Amino acid sequence: MQPLQLKIRSDFPQTDRLVRGKPLVYLDSAATSLKPRIVAERVKNFYELESSNVHRGAHFLGDAVSTAYEDTRSAVAKFINAKSNRQISFNSGTTMGINMLAQSFAQKFISKSETATILVTQLEHHANIVPWQMLQAERNIQVKAIPINLQGELQLDALEKMLQAENVKILSASFVSNALGTINPIKEICKIAHRYGVPVMVDAAQAMLHLTVDVQDVDCDFLVFSGHKMLAPTGVGILYMQEKYLQELPPVIGGGNMIRSVSFAKTTYADAPEKFEAGTPPIASVLGLKTALEYIESLGRKNIQALEAELWPHFYEQLKSLSGLELIGDAKQRAGIFSFKFADIHPHDLSSILDSEGITIRAGHHCCQPLMAFYGVPATARVSLGIYNTKEEASVLVKALNKAREIFR
Amino acid sequence: MISPQEQQLYQAVILEHNRKPKNFRKLVDFTHSREGYNPLCGDHFWVYLKINPQNIIDDISFEGNGCAISKASASLMTENLKGKDVLAAKELFTNFQQMIKGEKSLEVVEDKIGKLKIFSGISEYPSRIKCAALAWHALKSALDNLEEKVSTE
Repeated sequence: MQPLQLKIRSDFPQTDRLVRGKPLVYLDSAATSLKPRIVAERVKNFYELESSNVHRGAHFLGDAVSTAYEDTRSAVAKFINAKSNRQISFNSGTTMGINMLAQSFAQKFISKSETATILVTQLEHHANIVPWQMLQAERNIQVKAIPINLQGELQLDALEKMLQAENVKILSASFVSNALGTINPIKEICKIAHRYGVPVMVDAAQAMLHLTVDVQDVDCDFLVFSGHKMLAPTGVGILYMQEKYLQELPPVIGGGNMIRSVSFAKTTYADAPEKFEAGTPPIASVLGLKTALEYIESLGRKNIQALEAELWPHFYEQLKSLSGLELIGDAKQRAGIFSFKFADIHPHDLSSILDSEGITIRAGHHCCQPLMAFYGVPATARVSLGIYNTKEEASVLVKALNKAREIFR
Repeated sequence: MISPQEQQLYQAVILEHNRKPKNFRKLVDFTHSREGYNPLCGDHFWVYLKINPQNIIDDISFEGNGCAISKASASLMTENLKGKDVLAAKELFTNFQQMIKGEKSLEVVEDKIGKLKIFSGISEYPSRIKCAALAWHALKSALDNLEEKVSTE
């Protein structure tokens, strides 16, 4: 193990625990990442010593926590290279971010009398399909998917044709597929869509920890992600938008903090980002997110990427060369997420047998039923990697897979 | 080496019923049928029953797709219930449910459930209880709605 890996593992207490009597091999980071000790301690410290609300009243504790909360906004803006803090609003997670954007965007930009298309991709998570479909209750909207090839790569020539043929209002695509690990050419997608005047929302939930996500370089209009997949606590997500939308988009959740003035006759809203942050936010999670970002910067994003550039291909080779294992999706550009079938064993049976060995994988449809339908499977087994995984764990996995094959022989 | 936990979950009988499920076909002359579907994992079965006027299960079968646990559970269910009356089938359902959920210990239900005791280890794997229960819920739904006979046309 490299010195950096040893340090990382010592920072994540959960890498030391036993599951069903065996050392934990956590291969479900696409579901949620493990958390470094300092993130858990940050959350604990807030609840034990710093509890108070943000942006309300005037007292020492409230001022301190408000400052820390706004510092996180700055840290997030810097992390994704946003031009200003105002472009960053906090919500409860990627799913909430997409839902809020879908409702708000439709209110402002899709009239009830027109026939409109929203483009997603065949790879999308249900969270990037259903919120757009829900607009159909009040609008004449079709949700169409950019097709993929068998390797799980988007067909950009088809995208061009769809943009030409349809009244596309927005394109919403994932940066990295949570089910197959495909890294989508998101910068190119933005370029193509913008040629047709179509704004792009990027679901970067699976990309944040592993790739450099630079909103100015990608030139997306909107970006959503969650803290909990990038070492931070659950319950906090981010919605980024280009500056021109800050004023234009209406809030869709009303309540405290998001107003300028309220009377029974009329309410006026605060400016962004407060406009998009009704109610008490997940303060502890936001503070934990700042600690997670600091931790990532302390390791160095280039160092993390160098480490994963060794780890991902190693797992890929180990899985790919295992007899009886069939990868679902095999994109040239891929992250450390691998979906597969193995030896005719149902993914749930496989997951339970690996679980008995202390190995945590995901079995199921990964909230991607349209993608599963494309491959003609109800479910797959999925291995997804974090920065704390090691090459040794690939060997443990292969050994356990061989054992599963023995059991089901 | 196979650990005790795996032995508990994937016993030879379960693997055998997964490989060669019993009564794995559609009955031509069924009187009742029900679908069991778990959208979370895609397990999908149909249970067919032929119940005579004396409320005896003359024949029972199933077909569909699912994991080893769900398939073996359906297979053993059909094996166990053939020839039993509806009341006994309902009683078996209750005992089986309570065992796999860990609400009743194996000792308490052992003499009532026969071979089905091999599923007692499932209670250690809460996410798999629904797999073992899938075909049984389809059965229960059919037994609770006996008046809803299907057309055999």
